[in-house]
Amino acid sequence: MARIVLDRIAHSYGVNAAGVREFALKPLTMTWNKGGAYALLGPSGCGKTTLLNIISGLITPTEGRVRFDDRDVTEVPTEQRNIAQVFQFPVVYDTMTVAQNLAFPLRNRGMSAAGIERRVQDIAKRLELDTCLGRRAQGLTADVKQKVSLGRGLVRPDVAAILFDEPLTVIDPQLKWMLRSQLKHLHRQFDFTMIYVTHDQTEALTFADQVVVMHEGDVVQAGTPEQLFHRPVHTFVGHFIGSPGMNIVPAAVAGDRAIVNGLEIGLGRAYPTLPAAARIELGVRPEAVAFSADGRGHPVTLERLDDLGRYRIARVSLAGCTLNVLVPEEAEADLSGGEPRIVFDPDRVNVYADGHLVEGEAR
Amino acid sequence: MEKRENQKAWLMILPVVVVVAFSAIIPLMTVVNYSVQDIFGPNDRVFVGADWFLAVLNDRRLHEALLRQFLFSALVLVIEVPLGVLIALAMPRKGIAVSFSLVLLALPLLIPWNVIGTIWIIFTRPDIGLLGHTINSLGISFDHTASPFDAWITLMLMEVWHWTPLVVLLAYAGLKAIPDAYYQAARIDGASAWDVFRYIQLPKMRGVLTIAILLRFMDSFLIYAEPFVLTGGGPGNSTTFLSIYLVKLAVGQFDLGHAAAFSIIYFLIVLLFSWIFYQALNTIGTGDRR
Amino acid sequence: MKFHAGRTALICYFVLLLLPIYWMLNMSLRTNSDILSHFALIPTSLTLENYAKIFTDPSWYSGYINSIIYVSLNTAISLLAALPAAYAFSRYRFLGDKHLFFWLLTNRMAPPAVFLLPFFQLYSTVGLIDTHIAVALAHCLFNVPLAVWILEGFMSGVPREIDETAYLDGYRFPRFFLTVFLPLIRTGVGVTAFFCFMFSWVELLFARTLTTTEAKPIAAVMTRTVSATGLDWGLLAAAGVLTIVPGALVIWFVRNYMAKGFALGRV
Repeated sequence: MARIVLDRIAHSYGVNAAGVREFALKPLTMTWNKGGAYALLGPSGCGKTTLLNIISGLITPTEGRVRFDDRDVTEVPTEQRNIAQVFQFPVVYDTMTVAQNLAFPLRNRGMSAAGIERRVQDIAKRLELDTCLGRRAQGLTADVKQKVSLGRGLVRPDVAAILFDEPLTVIDPQLKWMLRSQLKHLHRQFDFTMIYVTHDQTEALTFADQVVVMHEGDVVQAGTPEQLFHRPVHTFVGHFIGSPGMNIVPAAVAGDRAIVNGLEIGLGRAYPTLPAAARIELGVRPEAVAFSADGRGHPVTLERLDDLGRYRIARVSLAGCTLNVLVPEEAEADLSGGEPRIVFDPDRVNVYADGHLVEGEAR
Repeated sequence: MEKRENQKAWLMILPVVVVVAFSAIIPLMTVVNYSVQDIFGPNDRVFVGADWFLAVLNDRRLHEALLRQFLFSALVLVIEVPLGVLIALAMPRKGIAVSFSLVLLALPLLIPWNVIGTIWIIFTRPDIGLLGHTINSLGISFDHTASPFDAWITLMLMEVWHWTPLVVLLAYAGLKAIPDAYYQAARIDGASAWDVFRYIQLPKMRGVLTIAILLRFMDSFLIYAEPFVLTGGGPGNSTTFLSIYLVKLAVGQFDLGHAAAFSIIYFLIVLLFSWIFYQALNTIGTGDRR
Repeated sequence: MKFHAGRTALICYFVLLLLPIYWMLNMSLRTNSDILSHFALIPTSLTLENYAKIFTDPSWYSGYINSIIYVSLNTAISLLAALPAAYAFSRYRFLGDKHLFFWLLTNRMAPPAVFLLPFFQLYSTVGLIDTHIAVALAHCLFNVPLAVWILEGFMSGVPREIDETAYLDGYRFPRFFLTVFLPLIRTGVGVTAFFCFMFSWVELLFARTLTTTEAKPIAAVMTRTVSATGLDWGLLAAAGVLTIVPGALVIWFVRNYMAKGFALGRV
């Protein structure tokens, strides 16, 4: 079961010095489907952990309702929701063995000894914990501890959703990758809803079917990794996702042409009705800009070139605006001498009015 | 990063070694010196070997004092540690109440030890003391200067009053260091309040409780000023603890050799028990023994 | 409901904690004859006579001054000796480091009574008897190990990379220690100073043995309240109340760091 519905929820931890209620989470409505893999992405303090704690019931929202399917669980305490949570730092019961750790939530829910034994064995095998079942949890390494805390969620037959609060923060980089793929595998096997909080975009984008980007208590965009990458609805998303992020350049737009400091750039779509007083910007991914080999395009001055292994990032100045340009390894364009020029892929130039994406009309 | 090997570090330790040598090693050597001599005057002393040690081992009053001392320290640990933990659990976790509670708690710890004795004399005297007067007016005769049992009760009350705050402060520091995630995980796992205490709070407090038990054992075993002021070791010898007996021997009877031999044995007992506690507390609950 | 039970128990505990102190305060505000003549929960005729006597009689107030002098001296000596040592213990490995650390701690376990006579002889020999510095040095016996212990805990919490970076930036050790490292552990220094102050302030045995008149601590002066008419309870109580004041002031200033200091000690 369990489709999770957040109905106009908002949360405030109290009033600020000026007496105004400050919202850590601004009103939002959202549905999380059964079996989905979701990521909550955003910088520290954007409200993602608050949102997570509202779902798990550790916090009761100041406004709005939380429903699991049709059941209103807004006031239902954590232990009575079929939710498990994995925290940033591995939380294990130090004095118990791994097996006792795994059995703990079942014991508290009054399962029979035989049933517990069966579940624990099963989960331990799937998490590859079966070799250390008899060991004290205290002496384990961080990654094994994190698996144990995940196991305490998986072991419960009733669990419909598992929430992850930046679970890989304290794990070594090599193990991170391994744990992540293991988690993906488990998700397919068990078919639980997974909500994964992170500030690491790679983690979010490789992991989730749906990524929810948050900023200052607001959900800025929810969509597939692809949508977030190519059509960020807000300059914040464009800037936050991608490494380096989207180039944001102030411009004037008329019809299907944009003027950046006197230079004319062609656009893939037409924008006849832009709000007059709005601040207009162009958003272009470094991937959508290329150095031209044939003398077409706009002249730029090269400021620096960073070699990142599989590709290079060129920092160029175009009529006074600084842009990042991704240079693929195989690109032959000569950047050392002469006057480099760049061309934009018109279909991948987005137009933003006051930070928000303008859809435009097909030409 | 690994610690670097550096023998020059000894230069930095030097001031401490000098200070401690002056205040510990030289006096300790004097004590050892006394313990093997019989001293009649400044230039009149005889080497007596282990005689004083044998005398100490056969001193019946000392045996009694030692038994009393063990009983006292055991009671102190049995009462103060659980009580301190319970109070720490009831302490507020945030807000202005925390500051006030901490200041109140620390108050008894900052009172000179003989003043502690004075406070309790004033508090428990049958004629002018609040406690003594109240108990007597309830029809129970209570006088710590006359009845050994009453003296012990008063002494324990004073000791618990004086030192439980230290245990509370330590346990509270340990509790505060537990991240919220542990409590949240316990709620998700459906743990009871007892489970939270047994599997989260108690294990996480192990470090601070080790310090608390060690400190309380050492200080209660070395106790001098408070019972000296309150009861003077009496009535009879009923509250004569090791330190009180030792000072009586050394200062009262000027029995230097005897006192010195006694001192060394006393020191070794404290050392031995502290070491046993330390080892025991370090293995309990850690599982994998090394 | 459980929450309220805990809160109620806590309040009861604090009332019990304060009762003996309140009682002393109560006595200190009454004359001796008033105390002995009738029993009163709340004093009816208040007087500051006892306090006035302490503040005007030099043999009384010099006791407080003496105590404060040797306690401050002791705190300063303990910190100065312990700072470099704690740094060495937290940063370097050297011959005998572990043994030395444990040996330092064992000094905390030595019965003070054991050292009484040797101390008296030692300080008589070097002519320090009845001076403030004698008591300050004697208290180093238990305060220096404690200071090393607490400071080492705080210093180990500072990443060692900071030292390396400072050296790379061309800092010489003394300058690094004073301008970079000390500010980082100033909480630890404060907590340590508090504990040194506290243990030196409450100690009586050494302080009484090593002084006769010139450096006599207040705790020893208090034994003088027996007059021809018996104990002057009011005066004794007032003197007791005044011994609590410096401690209470110090706690108020370090209240936020107190719990922290306990948590960081290494076991």
